[in-house]
Amino acid sequence: MQAAFFGVIAFLSILSAILMVMNRNPVRSALFLVANFALLAVLYLTLAAQFIAAVEIIVYAGAIMVLFLFVLMLLSLGASHALRERGGLQPLVAIILGLIFLASLSAAGAIGTLGPGQATPQWVKNGGTVKAIGTALFDPRLPWLFPFEVTSILLLVAVVGAIVLAKRRV
Amino acid sequence: MSVAHSGSADARRSGQFVGVIFVFIVLLVIAAVIGHLTLPGLAPVWHFLGAHPILNALVKAVVYVSFIALLVLFLIWWERKFAGWLQARLGPKHVGPQGMLQTLADALKLITKEDITPAVADRPLFYLAPFVVFVPTVLTFMVLPLGPHWIAQDLNVALLYVIAISSMTATGIMAAGWGSNNKYSLLGGVRAVAQLLSYEVPMVMAVLSVVTFVGGLSMRHIIDYQAQNGWLILKWPLIPAFLIFLIAALAELNRTPFDLPEAESELVSGFHTEYSGMRFAFFFLAEFANNFFSAGFAVALFFGGYLGPILPGIVWFILKTFVLITLMMWIRWTVPRLRIDQMMGLCWKLLVPLSLVVFILAAAWASR
Amino acid sequence: MAGLLTIFVFTLVGAAFVAVNLLIARFLRPSVPTTEKETTYECGPLPFGDAWRQFNMHYYLIGLLFVIFDVEAVFLYPWALAFKQTGAYAVAEMIIFIGLLAVGWAYAWRRGALEWQ
Repeated sequence: MQAAFFGVIAFLSILSAILMVMNRNPVRSALFLVANFALLAVLYLTLAAQFIAAVEIIVYAGAIMVLFLFVLMLLSLGASHALRERGGLQPLVAIILGLIFLASLSAAGAIGTLGPGQATPQWVKNGGTVKAIGTALFDPRLPWLFPFEVTSILLLVAVVGAIVLAKRRV
Repeated sequence: MSVAHSGSADARRSGQFVGVIFVFIVLLVIAAVIGHLTLPGLAPVWHFLGAHPILNALVKAVVYVSFIALLVLFLIWWERKFAGWLQARLGPKHVGPQGMLQTLADALKLITKEDITPAVADRPLFYLAPFVVFVPTVLTFMVLPLGPHWIAQDLNVALLYVIAISSMTATGIMAAGWGSNNKYSLLGGVRAVAQLLSYEVPMVMAVLSVVTFVGGLSMRHIIDYQAQNGWLILKWPLIPAFLIFLIAALAELNRTPFDLPEAESELVSGFHTEYSGMRFAFFFLAEFANNFFSAGFAVALFFGGYLGPILPGIVWFILKTFVLITLMMWIRWTVPRLRIDQMMGLCWKLLVPLSLVVFILAAAWASR
Repeated sequence: MAGLLTIFVFTLVGAAFVAVNLLIARFLRPSVPTTEKETTYECGPLPFGDAWRQFNMHYYLIGLLFVIFDVEAVFLYPWALAFKQTGAYAVAEMIIFIGLLAVGWAYAWRRGALEWQ
């Protein structure tokens, strides 16, 4: 039952990803992207990672996707002159890189680096809640406060960079 | 209007007022009865329906969707009635008692209207948009605590869930605006989405201020906290948080003074300009249902949700929510529309920094 | 995962409600399409071109600012649940975090990114 559920969701998410890439109309592509994010969120939920699932929807489907759409409008990529990349090399490179990624994943699976590790079902069940993430992320004894602070600098750089780029030619 | 006329109109209005109050009382009694539907004779039925998880969820979903539809019929009537009073008119009064069935008549009219799709529209997007706008609305109602036993499914990340699901509406609006291939629609859609995004920031911060007190993200948590410690609005850092939430909610609902996305005098009707008949009706339905949800969400967050003495919980919840909705309607029919630069400035220059300050204050207050 | 199941069922029933109503309307409504009816509305005159043209730069900036504040809010959720246990250190960290974001916000204001043209 669970495996079947996973199979259906995984198939649909891959299908939506393929449709997203294949679609000529950028806005339809963006909608398939949203569908893909939503399905990924479902997969996260089945892994009891509620926080990541919600973040997937809030940040990716809610914010990044709209940003994509605004960029499309800024660049005026309407359906009448849809994106048509005829780069001969790009699909080839993409396929090769994808195969390498798949090979390294399966290699990692074979070696056992992707195995459950110290994770027990109980640990997984409690580790994905928002509170567990909060206590882990903000615990001064754990090493994750520094990356968190660096994130704020990253966000600051993003603000400055976006404004500099946007204001250069208006 | 002559003096003699206005006298009789006043008398008619006060007569109407009594009539409407009567209608309200009848509806509340009905809600109270429904709230006590755990009649002993029906127990086997509930047991049977509750036993199988899928059947259980299905019954709940059907009940909630019908509830939303009926609620919106009522809300539209009440908005028109209230607007009528504010503008010294009578509002709808011919169809049904106090004009209550006017909206039903309008709905019947809409269902028999021709459905026009522009020839140049992007059809799949155009047809998909009403679904993408309406379904998130239904999904948000799922976690709304209507009464002690009236919550379809509480999640332990309910607040995150609400924020996540309601951000999906932007996609639907974008699909509608883009799919219509009409300049007004697209401009209205883009404006609506920009407004939704901008005001989501202060709204999330206001919700987070509540979370600092409660220390949990589920609806049950929030209500339980208020059952023990009193309404959250009584904690003083949460008073500005509530005001920020209210303003942000008005903006997210595209209601005046923030109705720029559908400013009639500039954009015809915004992103649903090209929609007609039932497809248009679903945008309208979602808008009013979202209005109820926002008010109900605010009641759950700040005003104790369904908590209250003597009367059943569902009655308290509906009473509080209707007071808040009426306040929102009052604002709508009183304040003129903002300009787009004022609207964006209000959000990014005032509400965003203010909400950050309120959040820090709330956290400091809660951790004492 | 009872929650996931309910979400699924609510999604399906909500979509079915829209679909059924549109289906009922299909049998009740007239359908007499004409060329004039199917043109997009542009206040009377015939529309020129399609609507998919270049848009104001500013929407992009708003979108980007929103992404940044959204990511910030995402960090605040776990913090708001945990700060009572993790102590003063975490509070100081979060104040620095919000302070740095405020610097970015002030810069945006200075450069006029919050101004609508």
